[in-house]
Amino acid sequence: MRNQLMYLRDVVTLSLDRMKCVGCGTCLLVCPRAVLSLTNGKVEIADRDACMECGACARNCPAEALQVRSGVGCATAVINSMLGRKKSSCCCTIDSEG
Amino acid sequence: MIQTPVGPVPQVSSSLTWGDRLGTFKARWGIGRMHYTIEPGLYALGKPDEQSPILVTANYKMSFDKLRETLPGWNAWILVLDTGGINVWCASGKGTFGTMELVGRIKSSSLEKIVSHRELILPQLSGPGVAAHLVKKLSGFKVNYGPIRSADLPTFLDDGLKAAPEMRLKTFTIWERVVLIPMELIEAFKAGLIVILIFFLLAFLGNSGGIWTNSLRHGFLAAVAILAAILAGAVLTPLLLPWLPGRAFSLKGLTLGVLAVAMLMVFGWNGWVTSTGRLEILAWVFLIPTASAYLAMNFTGASTYTSLSGVKKEMRWALPLQIGAGIVGMILWLGSNFIA
Repeated sequence: MRNQLMYLRDVVTLSLDRMKCVGCGTCLLVCPRAVLSLTNGKVEIADRDACMECGACARNCPAEALQVRSGVGCATAVINSMLGRKKSSCCCTIDSEG
Repeated sequence: MIQTPVGPVPQVSSSLTWGDRLGTFKARWGIGRMHYTIEPGLYALGKPDEQSPILVTANYKMSFDKLRETLPGWNAWILVLDTGGINVWCASGKGTFGTMELVGRIKSSSLEKIVSHRELILPQLSGPGVAAHLVKKLSGFKVNYGPIRSADLPTFLDDGLKAAPEMRLKTFTIWERVVLIPMELIEAFKAGLIVILIFFLLAFLGNSGGIWTNSLRHGFLAAVAILAAILAGAVLTPLLLPWLPGRAFSLKGLTLGVLAVAMLMVFGWNGWVTSTGRLEILAWVFLIPTASAYLAMNFTGASTYTSLSGVKKEMRWALPLQIGAGIVGMILWLGSNFIA
């Protein structure tokens, strides 16, 4: 599990309020990067740097315990928005999985 | 068509035709990919009944084809959401593969009259757009997140909707990177061709009183250099990604760009070295690695593990450096052309 490709260290905006966590585990199911783990009925951030801020965990948390400024890590889209262009066709080149 | 209590539903098979495969191939090369869609709504795979599972996907035809292709011999309902012809992962990030679209499509397809159960199977990668607990609340249907890769679907269904941990990990294998290269190439070529034309034009302008073959030589050198940069940044960087040094994509592209310059030095550039030639070569020593780093940086969007915060952090130092090195390189190149 730990031999996945890793991007920059200490940049991710993911945060967790363990007090709010109800331990349902849905976030573990949707996370495609194995960032989270469940111990003693509460979720933990086990591998923060692996997070790609897709926002799936926060979206699926019924207790709003997880927060993340979600977005697509795409330089082309960032450049396009800097240039004031609305079109960001960038992410749509990913066809790997249906 | 298959008959249901709410009327006929189109029936599809799990085997793809040559037309389907050609469509996938074309979409990978960017031909008509924005119009490669199927009609949203409910489809019958095989001969499903009221007990059959419901699989949800996007109306990008490649997503739909990949899904049904993995389920030969299965009977299932396929609910296709309107994502504007965008694949699941991108559409969920944009929110078009989202809670409201799903709830609306469940209602408009009268799912509750077609099946007796209240369960849906969604691709795991739709998680950024769909809130499972809200879907349950608004439609009564329970969302089960399936595996990431549709190839794992049969196992997931056989194991009672359980996915092994590795089925939940988004990989970025060499093959997953290879299939992205055509799109990277097409995009890079579009820009590269214009840039090459500009270099030819400048080469002729700079040599207005001089010899035509000289201009051609400058232009030809520019074309070779730019193609080398594209090869380094848009082909080799995606291919060799895990083995290139550094975490920032710009750094990975820079490494290969420097290597490309070294290769060009070895194979023939030294034959052209004159006093002007040195300046011109120095220009390309700046420009090739810069272009390669820039192209590599743009591959963050196609990669499957970069965060927006990370990309912004990388760009804060990488983009100014790329612009600076690009300007220095251009000044050197113009100098080599116009002064000498």
